[in-house]
Amino acid sequence: MSLGPYASFIVTSYLSAAVVIAVLIAWVAIDYGSQKRRLRQLEEGGVARRSGRSATDFK
Amino acid sequence: MLNQGTMTLIDLANPTRFLALTARVLPWLAGATVILLAIGLYQAALAPDDYQQGATVKIMFIHVPNAWLSMFVWGVMSLASLGTLVWRHPLADVAAKAAAPIGAAFTFLALVTGSLWGRPMWGTYWEWDARLTSVLILFLMYLGLIALWRAVEDPSRAARAAAVLTLVGAINLPIIKFSVDWWNTLHQPASVVRMGGSTLDRSFLIPLLVMAIGFTLLFLTLHLAAMRNEILRRRVRSLQMMQASRQAA
Amino acid sequence: MSALAALIRRDIRIALRVGGGALIGVLFFLTVVVLMPFAVGPDLALLTRLGPAILWLGALLASLLTLDRLFMADQEDGSLDLITMSRTPLELACAAKALAHWLAAGVPLIVATPVLGLLLNLDMLATAAVALTLLAGTPALTFTGMIGAALAVTLHRGGLLMAVLVLPLSIPVLIFGVAASQAAITGPLSFGAPFSILCALSLVSFVIGPLAAAASLRHGLD
Repeated sequence: MSLGPYASFIVTSYLSAAVVIAVLIAWVAIDYGSQKRRLRQLEEGGVARRSGRSATDFK
Repeated sequence: MLNQGTMTLIDLANPTRFLALTARVLPWLAGATVILLAIGLYQAALAPDDYQQGATVKIMFIHVPNAWLSMFVWGVMSLASLGTLVWRHPLADVAAKAAAPIGAAFTFLALVTGSLWGRPMWGTYWEWDARLTSVLILFLMYLGLIALWRAVEDPSRAARAAAVLTLVGAINLPIIKFSVDWWNTLHQPASVVRMGGSTLDRSFLIPLLVMAIGFTLLFLTLHLAAMRNEILRRRVRSLQMMQASRQAA
Repeated sequence: MSALAALIRRDIRIALRVGGGALIGVLFFLTVVVLMPFAVGPDLALLTRLGPAILWLGALLASLLTLDRLFMADQEDGSLDLITMSRTPLELACAAKALAHWLAAGVPLIVATPVLGLLLNLDMLATAAVALTLLAGTPALTFTGMIGAALAVTLHRGGLLMAVLVLPLSIPVLIFGVAASQAAITGPLSFGAPFSILCALSLVSFVIGPLAAAASLRHGLD
């Protein structure tokens, strides 16, 4: 597969897409971890939901 | 409960049930995304060069799905806004809020790949071409919407304001597109190769479709995960409020 | 010293958290610059020539409109009274607040400049020149704008009044900022002369701004 004289533009556009999507995935994953950690800390601190169920238990 | 067996929209109004469903669906959705994107990328790599644009046509396989998503996500947010304003569905504003940053990211990618595609043809990274300019305005509207979400602390109050803005945007976008087209033809830009102006050959169309579906699945995966995060964030917020009021008492 | 550092840290954190307006300034800058081609037409040669002026006008408006809330929010929650009564000199506290505002709202404008230069078809040299002049000039905008913000908070009028008061004061900065960037791009003047005057204007504003703002706060708040 030859990319012709403009190979750098093609590679850059695919790379930029990969980087932005990787950042999105990392943001979602890190955010999930931090929200769960904060919920666990709050529950260990003795704050319970009105329903009495654990906030992180939804499997 | 209307029907115990099937999952209805009313069942989904319960965030805990929604979270349970998300946990079950998410791995499958992510798997399907990876498979489709892998097939799409493989086919895109095998696609022939365009007789006019040469190998740069490969940028199309990544530019067009992002441009499609930039509009699709606004459509999703508009539906969610209707859900907020008309049916007051509890998950609607969560869906709208979670979609905005993801939509902005895809719109940004459409702009970047568009200008990288334009550079070999126009000689500059940016030309005030009607399509690119419309996408740029859409990007500005996404950023404004995110700024609005971030400006108000109470999520439910921010939700109604953002819903109104999203729907006004959805009505306004065709008008903006029309005026930009008019403005652009008025000024007679230098003759450039119009993007995707000719009818597409099958050898381009099939990889493009696969990539578009793959990217749409990618959006759905990210959107579900971001909605789950947003629900958890609101739980954290309400628990913190309870903790604060208990300490005050 | 630690009180001032704490004040700077607090102001930056407030500006960047939910509800703070620091990043809206960049969005405003972006929007103003994007509007220009719709008014003057998409001719890239023309946009290149007007580029530095458009960028400077956008940055000027963005940095002044975000100044509106510099003292207002502090007055609403009462912390402005604490700042005026504290043992730290009010002039230094004003300077610290202006510095924090510049770090949170001014620096993002400079960071955004290369992207906007791309939209206006400016080359690397021209973009660098504009970014450098903005780096030297926006502190002057913030420090003179602070005078207007202090006057506005004592009169309980914000928004447009402040812009009307401050915009004439910022004309010299605009003149020498655009002149320096044009000199770097096309000549015939040398870049050095207008740029040194721009730096001098910034240095003068570091002295006058906090003094005048503190004076108007002292006399205005009772």
